[in-house]
Amino acid sequence: MTAALSSSAVPASVRLRWPLPRRLGLSLLSLTALLALWWLVARLGLISPLFLPPPEQVLHQFITIAGPQGFMDATLWQHLAASLQRILIALTAAALCGVTVGIAMGLSPTVRGMLDPLIELYRPVPPLAYLPLMVIWFGIGETSKVLLIYLAIFAPVAMATLAGVQSAQQVRLRAARALGATRWQVLWHVILPGALPEILTGLRIGLGVGWSTLVAAELIAATRGVGFMVQAAGEFLATDVVLAGILVIALIAFTLELGLRALQRRLTPWHGEGL
Amino acid sequence: MLQLTHLCADYDGRRVLDNINLTLDAGELMVVLGPSGCGKTTLLNLIAGFLTHHQGQISLQGRPVTGPGAERGVVFQHEGLLPWRNVLDNVAFGLQLAGLARPEREARARAMLRKVGLEEAHAKPIWQLSGGQRQRVGIARALATQPQLLLLDEPFGALDAFTREQMQTLLLRLWHEQRRQVLLITHDIEEAVFMATELVLLSPAPGRITERLTLDFGRRFAAGESCRSIKSDPAFIERREYVLGRVFAEREVFA
Repeated sequence: MTAALSSSAVPASVRLRWPLPRRLGLSLLSLTALLALWWLVARLGLISPLFLPPPEQVLHQFITIAGPQGFMDATLWQHLAASLQRILIALTAAALCGVTVGIAMGLSPTVRGMLDPLIELYRPVPPLAYLPLMVIWFGIGETSKVLLIYLAIFAPVAMATLAGVQSAQQVRLRAARALGATRWQVLWHVILPGALPEILTGLRIGLGVGWSTLVAAELIAATRGVGFMVQAAGEFLATDVVLAGILVIALIAFTLELGLRALQRRLTPWHGEGL
Repeated sequence: MLQLTHLCADYDGRRVLDNINLTLDAGELMVVLGPSGCGKTTLLNLIAGFLTHHQGQISLQGRPVTGPGAERGVVFQHEGLLPWRNVLDNVAFGLQLAGLARPEREARARAMLRKVGLEEAHAKPIWQLSGGQRQRVGIARALATQPQLLLLDEPFGALDAFTREQMQTLLLRLWHEQRRQVLLITHDIEEAVFMATELVLLSPAPGRITERLTLDFGRRFAAGESCRSIKSDPAFIERREYVLGRVFAEREVFA
């Protein structure tokens, strides 16, 4: 009995120690394999460089567009700055409004009754579907694009905040009231911090949706931005620039996601501790 | 002094508490004992002000109870601590709400933590504490604001037997030292007989007071007698068996 227990316990601990480095190793392996396959296919001339330029050419082109020469009257950094500025403005506005509206909906059934149908009505519509309307109303300038991303981020943030406020534990609310907390003190000290994990999850989802929407919007209506850069390069059949642009877009999305995850771990360490 | 007169409460059109009359004097430790479903938690929620009562009166030191207030401290079975605050900040929470400056509230919270034996844990996040430690933080938080009345809702129900007895003796010591009125709700008969100076038996559906006993085992412990010596005293066993018989009699009628 003891022997059986101890012999089954050893492999379990080994198995428990392995997954993370193993998973990371596998991820790196598959990425390397993809890169090697790409290089090999281009090297052997199986696909014309017009359709699939070799990795070194994409890297070279990346360095070129990142340098002063740039692409379409702007360097990669200027395109990127244009895109990031749009999403940053939209994100700030959507976070402020979304959290406020979510809290109001969570606290007041009246507000929830009034706003819920409005948000539920526009939320499932892909933002690109109302881009033409935005362009008709606000022109092709920055306003329409920022507003579009704002709308894309607002709904998930407001909904997540609402869920966070509604998940406030009754025992915590009662404990605060019994310690003499006013309504505002309950909101500030109990409801808001309690909703923070959900708010941050909402921001993560919103930022993901916002970034895809932004790039797609720039494909259609922009004169600067990474989406526009990829679109313009496509028209000139500059496949290497298209690929470099796509990689940059993926890299930014990845960084945003990881950054927000780190922020979530930092700000809400109790999340997932069974509390 | 806590005074309940002709208190009734309904839930979903069903009477849960029927004509409750109680007085709790300063320095008393009252235990309300009853099987689950007898409305004892409702009773505590009414006294705490979490529920509003429509019939009868509740008053503390002559002032009617209309809602929750800092003069009535509450300890919950599931503590309701705030995980975004560490142990010290949880204990200092009530003092912060009252507007005390940080140095003063932290000093007072630290003193309170010392009384419950958790001074070393003051900087820990609460998810690193055991169930018994969390409950001690809950008690320290409720006592930090120096309430006139301490209400405890089955505070030790989720703890193991050993920790439970530790907590019972801790609470008796605090009660003796701080001279507060305490009202404790429980379904644990031994706990009730051991701790109460006033024991109230509640019958289920609807909750009615069936008996009120005056006991002295808690006082004997506070005066220095050991817990084991009290619990093996024939007088203690006799009282415990008597209460047990009463509770079971109620249950059979109910079933």
